[in-house]
Amino acid sequence: MTTKGTGRTRRGFLVDMARTACGVALLGAGVGLYSRQAASLPAEALRPPGALDEADFLGACVRCGLCVRDCPYDTLKLSALGDNVANGTPYFIARDIPCEMCPDIPCIKACPTGALDHALTDIDAARMGLAVVIDQESCIAFHGLRCEVCFNVCPVRGKAITLDMLHNPRSGKHALFIPVVHSDACTGCGKCEKSCILDEAAIKVLPAKLAKGLLGRHYRLGWKEKEAAGGSLVTPDEEHSYTLPEGMRYDYEGRGLIRDEPAGQGPYSDNPLETLKRGREGL
Amino acid sequence: MHPGMHPGSEAVTTKGWWKAHQWLLLRRVSQLGILALFLLGPLAGIWIVKGNIASSLTLDVLPLTDPYLALQMLLTGHGMEATALIGAAIVLVSYLLLGGRVYCAWVCPINIVTDAAAWLHQRLGIKRTAQFARHSRYWILGLTLLLALVTGTLAWELVNPVTIVYRGLIFGMGLAWVLLLAIFLFDLFVSRRGWCSHLCPVGAFYSLPGHFSLLRVSAVERNKCNDCMDCFTVCPEPQVIRPALKGASMGNGPVIMSGNCTNCGRCIDVCSKDVFRFDHRFDNSTSKPIAQKTEVMP
Ligand code: SF4
Ligand code: SF4
Ligand code: SF4
Ligand code: SF4
Repeated sequence: MTTKGTGRTRRGFLVDMARTACGVALLGAGVGLYSRQAASLPAEALRPPGALDEADFLGACVRCGLCVRDCPYDTLKLSALGDNVANGTPYFIARDIPCEMCPDIPCIKACPTGALDHALTDIDAARMGLAVVIDQESCIAFHGLRCEVCFNVCPVRGKAITLDMLHNPRSGKHALFIPVVHSDACTGCGKCEKSCILDEAAIKVLPAKLAKGLLGRHYRLGWKEKEAAGGSLVTPDEEHSYTLPEGMRYDYEGRGLIRDEPAGQGPYSDNPLETLKRGREGL
Repeated sequence: MHPGMHPGSEAVTTKGWWKAHQWLLLRRVSQLGILALFLLGPLAGIWIVKGNIASSLTLDVLPLTDPYLALQMLLTGHGMEATALIGAAIVLVSYLLLGGRVYCAWVCPINIVTDAAAWLHQRLGIKRTAQFARHSRYWILGLTLLLALVTGTLAWELVNPVTIVYRGLIFGMGLAWVLLLAIFLFDLFVSRRGWCSHLCPVGAFYSLPGHFSLLRVSAVERNKCNDCMDCFTVCPEPQVIRPALKGASMGNGPVIMSGNCTNCGRCIDVCSKDVFRFDHRFDNSTSKPIAQKTEVMP
């Protein structure tokens, strides 16, 4: 049996505890919610090479800035309070200063925690993001103009970016040299984005999860399956036969319609001018 | 303390100004000196220390990592590189020797701000102040560890003023000034010594090794105490003094054994009777004067 006095003290104690617990729980809820928000990295902020997946990275990086210090190109920055990147974590903006892909990767070596994975020793295997030619309306290569700057600055040129030659339908007689990025080689260094000659880059490095699509898992590409199996997996293709006039052949994957007769023997000459000159009576 | 005088003014008269501020000045030299070492790199290109107090590398050989951060990181479920583990171990051992909350009094930059707030609070004679329980900080410490476990991220680091301000000073403040100002105003007008002595989980963490640490303040000459209460007024954790200073009758030794003593040495400074000095934890016999006498006697 407690006296009135000690009863009150005990109650006071319990109220005190409850007050502290509630205060701390509120604080926890606040910080917890804020941490979820802070986990969303803006698309233009790229992590240093070898950074773990974002969720893991935010648990592993102690925000010491040693990677920032050892980056010889001042590429990396530590986010300050108020920046829209989780505060204290390292990042870079490709359009400001891209990663120069140092062969010895000093940023990873400097990281004491392994938030930058020390298993990454070949900078070509880094995947900081994926370049995307995101605005084909303004990229001048799509207008048939020669540029190829992104292609030429790419440290993995020829593998990460190639130039594909397409027909230029506007002029009808020129080519388009279209930059095409390949995800199996692009490191996301951002050199291309940095050097894009437009006022706003038409090629941008995005986090891979934004930049990459994923084919449905049930999907099979017939020609690849065929190649892998060494032959058709379904009924073999019948060779198509075309009904063509004498002396004509059709090359399906090549030159199209082929005339076997020597020139000049058919009703039309090879020189269209001769046909024109013949006038109506020749028809 | 006599009316109209400030804590420590008696010590200034008896010992002189320098002697009465000796440890305070040394602490400021230590706090600012460590910060200066970090700043020498970015400002002058002299790279003695890189990084910040979260984790650093000195002279390219000595790694140091905050063990509180290392613990949170382990709770998020990430294995660490050996560098961080070794760094955390070195720091932990150092604080086991020097006193856990030496971090607070001799390293942490926030301490300068909260000391200033407490000083101004005293000078302005502000009487009203909200009281938080001193154990609140351990609840908050528990919370930060729980957050690491549950969110899998170093969630507390998003708001931890200690590391944010330190990092800010070295890598760019951003809005960290706001935090610093908030803590100053909070300690000045809302709760006297509210942050460092009641709420900060970093201090709470370092008080844990502080329970076992070697270097301690001791009230060796406690029989000379004239009850001026100056030490209680200046101490950020006055509750740690009483058992040592006034505990002789209860059989307590003179050494301050609480893990929350920050080893700031301010009590040594302000005591006009030179009751306190730095000592180690094993020099804590209750019957010291007699023991010394028997030693001297043939
Ligand atoms: S690889 Fe080199 S340039 Fe790129 S972030 Fe690391 S240190 Fe900087
Ligand atoms: S070195 Fe590692 S732990 Fe330090 S800021 Fe960079 S990524 Fe984070
Ligand atoms: S980001 Fe651009 S420059 Fe860098 S590897 Fe990829 S395509 Fe090349
Ligand atoms: S209690 Fe916290 S803020 Fe205060 S000095 Fe210690 S670590 Fe720094």
